[in-house]
Amino acid sequence: MKRLITLIVNGQTYEVAVEPRQSLLQVLREELHLTGTKEGCSEGECGACTVILDGKTVDACLIFGVEANGRHIVTIEGLATGEELHPVQKAFADYGGVQCGFCTPGMILAAKAFLETNPNATDEEIRWGIAGNLCRCTGYVKIVEAIKAAAHHYRAMAAMQG
Amino acid sequence: MKSFEYFDPKTVSQAIRLLQKYQGSAKILAGGTDLFLRMRHGVLSPEVVVDIKGIKALTRLQYSSQKGLRIGAAVTHAEVQAHSAVQRYYGALVAAAGWVGSRQTRHRGTVIGNLCNASPAADTAPALLAYRATVHIVGPDGEREVALDDFFSGPGRTVLGPAEMVTAVVLPPPTGTCGWGFLRRTRTAIDIALVSSCAVISADHGTCSEVGISLGAVAATPLRAVQAERVLRGQQPTADLVETAAKTAATECRPISDVRCSADYRKSMVDVLTRRCVQSALTMLRML
Repeated sequence: MKRLITLIVNGQTYEVAVEPRQSLLQVLREELHLTGTKEGCSEGECGACTVILDGKTVDACLIFGVEANGRHIVTIEGLATGEELHPVQKAFADYGGVQCGFCTPGMILAAKAFLETNPNATDEEIRWGIAGNLCRCTGYVKIVEAIKAAAHHYRAMAAMQG
Repeated sequence: MKSFEYFDPKTVSQAIRLLQKYQGSAKILAGGTDLFLRMRHGVLSPEVVVDIKGIKALTRLQYSSQKGLRIGAAVTHAEVQAHSAVQRYYGALVAAAGWVGSRQTRHRGTVIGNLCNASPAADTAPALLAYRATVHIVGPDGEREVALDDFFSGPGRTVLGPAEMVTAVVLPPPTGTCGWGFLRRTRTAIDIALVSSCAVISADHGTCSEVGISLGAVAATPLRAVQAERVLRGQQPTADLVETAAKTAATECRPISDVRCSADYRKSMVDVLTRRCVQSALTMLRML
């Protein structure tokens, strides 16, 4: 039997009737038509379905939609401000961190969340930080370069606040 | 995935009543990182899923110098890693928790859910065993406590009864200064452990007053290397004694060969990793 749930996605409130067995990934893509978040493995191994739930990165394929009732979610669609790309998105574009683009939404959200608490991360730490996001195209080199470049932005922000 | 009914009770009693009512066709949902997968693959098809994340008492992670550390059933690995008292007094647990899956996994998966899953390779188990953790269980017949040593009954099996649930895991407060070491071998960043070792040692006037040495992924359950512990307990540690303890630990494990690596490799690694973990603990205590 369906349940009515409320999801606050990228600042917008959605009310939707879902079966308990529908994953958050399915709800986002099939009910809310936010198809930026991708289905890679549906096993919580590849991270293509990474979204930010209550400030923390999670694999949406392992969460039931009903568990997210009343919660705040950020998807890749929520990063840019109008026509202006988010600094992490810009860095991925500038540094060639995107090839086929399928891992990219999850990778960018993972990178964004990681940099917010680790703006001074080394290459090694970045690699461990994105360990939950697999890429079959790039070999990760350009992705790590892009994240390092984007880290400048987070250090600058931290310096302004500090 | 088969349809099911979803409940999110607000108290432990409500949860137990649901487990009782649905007689084995109800499953507890905490982080969901294990349960969701099994349901998706049809390994489990519960009629009812009981989400315990709404039970406030189970979301608590608390430390006091008298009672030690209490980890509620809905506490995630990420929360354990980030807690200042855990970082200060239970360093091996922080290290172990950091090995569970990816950041995404650790933001949802709970320590207790992982223990109830009872994989022989459960990452936090060796650390919790070395810290002498107790498991708090609630069921229709009331509450009981079981030492973590006695909680696992085999691969994927625990001593939990059909309508019982774990509400907390409790670690005693540290006695004096504590040194630790935790090491794990793995193929890739988020793969399951091939073999892991953990040592937790307390010092008293130059001797090892309390010694916990535990191993992961080298037996049917996470294992306490009690004979290795005995080698060091009450002794003034020397390089030779450390080597003897490590070699003893290797004789206590009962590894299998599987797709990840051979039993021989696991046995060799128990020796190497245990030696390094004990050395790490003693170095922290400035005893070596």
